[in-house]
Amino acid sequence: MFAEFLQYLFTGITIGATYALIALGFTLIYNASHVINFAQGEFLMIGGMATVSLTAMGVPMVLAIILAVLLAGVLGILLQRFAIAPAKQADVVTLIIITIGASIFIRGLAQLVWGKEYHVMQNFSSDEPIRIFGAVLNSQSLWVLGIGAILVVGLVLFFTRTLIGKAILATSMNKEAARLVGIRTQLVLMLAFLVSAVLGSVAGIVVAPITFTSYDIGIMLGLKGFVAAAIGGLGSGIGAVVGGLLLGVVEAMAAGYISSDYKDAVAFSMILVVLFFMPRGLFGAKVVERV
Amino acid sequence: MLNRFMQMRLRDLVILAVILFALPLFLNNPFHYDLATQMAIIAATVVGLNLLVGFAGQISLGHAGFFGLGAYFTGIMTSNYGWSSVPALVVGAILVGIVAWIVGRPILRLKGHYLSMATLAVGFIIAIILNNERALTGGPDGMPVPAFTVFGWELSPFGSYNLLGMELNGSEAWYLFAAVVLLVAVWLAQNLIDSPIGRALRSVHGSEVAARVVGVDTARYKSLVFVVSAIYASAMGSLYAHFQGFITPAVAGFDFSILFITMVVLGGMGSTMGVILGAVVLKLLPQVLADFQELETVMFGAILMLTMIFMPKGLLPTIQTAVGKRMKKKAGGQA
Repeated sequence: MFAEFLQYLFTGITIGATYALIALGFTLIYNASHVINFAQGEFLMIGGMATVSLTAMGVPMVLAIILAVLLAGVLGILLQRFAIAPAKQADVVTLIIITIGASIFIRGLAQLVWGKEYHVMQNFSSDEPIRIFGAVLNSQSLWVLGIGAILVVGLVLFFTRTLIGKAILATSMNKEAARLVGIRTQLVLMLAFLVSAVLGSVAGIVVAPITFTSYDIGIMLGLKGFVAAAIGGLGSGIGAVVGGLLLGVVEAMAAGYISSDYKDAVAFSMILVVLFFMPRGLFGAKVVERV
Repeated sequence: MLNRFMQMRLRDLVILAVILFALPLFLNNPFHYDLATQMAIIAATVVGLNLLVGFAGQISLGHAGFFGLGAYFTGIMTSNYGWSSVPALVVGAILVGIVAWIVGRPILRLKGHYLSMATLAVGFIIAIILNNERALTGGPDGMPVPAFTVFGWELSPFGSYNLLGMELNGSEAWYLFAAVVLLVAVWLAQNLIDSPIGRALRSVHGSEVAARVVGVDTARYKSLVFVVSAIYASAMGSLYAHFQGFITPAVAGFDFSILFITMVVLGGMGSTMGVILGAVVLKLLPQVLADFQELETVMFGAILMLTMIFMPKGLLPTIQTAVGKRMKKKAGGQA
């Protein structure tokens, strides 16, 4: 009984950590530019797929991971520079469609380069699972949680201790004012997309040994990240982390105790319930609308 | 002013009718007719969605959910319970309208991205239910739907018909039926837009707070138009199910929802003719791109992105502005 619960909890926290990283990526871009980037999931796909194919070509794992993250980062910058920046006057929904177009485009490219098959990635360390109180923990889960935690701490330090991080924060609070004090906001926006793409690709790489990877995994993962970000409250960093973990755990519990067919329905019902009682998510800032 | 409105409305409707009834001159096989029929049904759905997105300014990323509910209600009632098509369509649309009203009240309070999230969630939940209730819906494998029947008269893509002395095959008959449906859908939408309700909706789009200040019950109007657009989707879903003869949960899925909203935005939010153009372009594009085989997805994504970047107002409004400017220039040159 307890072992079962623990098992679901492990699964939930692992996948939840991935959702949290995706949600953080959403949050970053949303804060910097008020765009909901529906191509966020594609960064995960690029990370996983590039790592798999590079290691298959004989590149050492560590180098493959670095190259994959770089590739995703470049893609993030290109996305901002050539798709988002030229359309900055557009409606919210037009921007959504642009990012959806971008995600279809990236998916199409991935399908051209890597084909439609599922790819398996090796665990980073031993394949031997760890047993705790009768529950089984995949050693890769520890990697997901560890790297997730490092990234979150890194982000916090980045935003509170570095000038660049503070510049991003300033831009997200008030673009005009940031520009007046000499922050190059265009550069900051590109940086936000870069960091977001890096976060996404790392998440995609660490979780790939557990979930497998293929050209089309980005859609669902991206949506789950959006759900997590909305549960936590768009724009809130803590919200993204809490929302991601909560979503992962609720989903795993629903799959275990209710029915795995309905686990996604539970996730989407949760967002409705949360928004019903807290229209700005758990940690969303209360904004007074100016007329 | 009012007169001009009426004239414009009539002009659009006449242009659309001429195009719809002249189109068969260029269609020469059942495949073309079937594609055109699909376009007309989808276009009518999108005209309904445009009332919500283009006029009230509310985003729905889950509209295929309502489309799918209509399609499955028709499928289940006509094939399992022996209902006739019209009652199934009407009762289905009423039920979907009620569902939309119940979920609409709370979620339409939400703003911007939270509203997108909530509508997306509603669409997903509907699609998941259709996927998993195998006993009722046939699950992921889908279910067959009988032909459309009115008073024992059957409209099937495989039948043959006689209209005022013209011999029509099933595909041609379905096309004419769908064309009339689209005209009625546009006419109803235009009437709604030009009614006091339509003006209230536009005020919500402009500034919700200002609308409330002058006494517009914004919550009521928003749920009303949400319900209307859901009813459009449900009714068209029913027709689509009859026409296709077979439905799968994909009709309620996320891809379909995205397709609908993309048609609205690509064609031109707030322009009834524009969104019809959007539906036509997005249905035709995969046909045209199919020749490029594995490049299809890349090109589709690229075209979608580029169009929205360079024509953020949508195809038709951009074209109209360009033509208008040129006309003005010409007139200016002559003067």
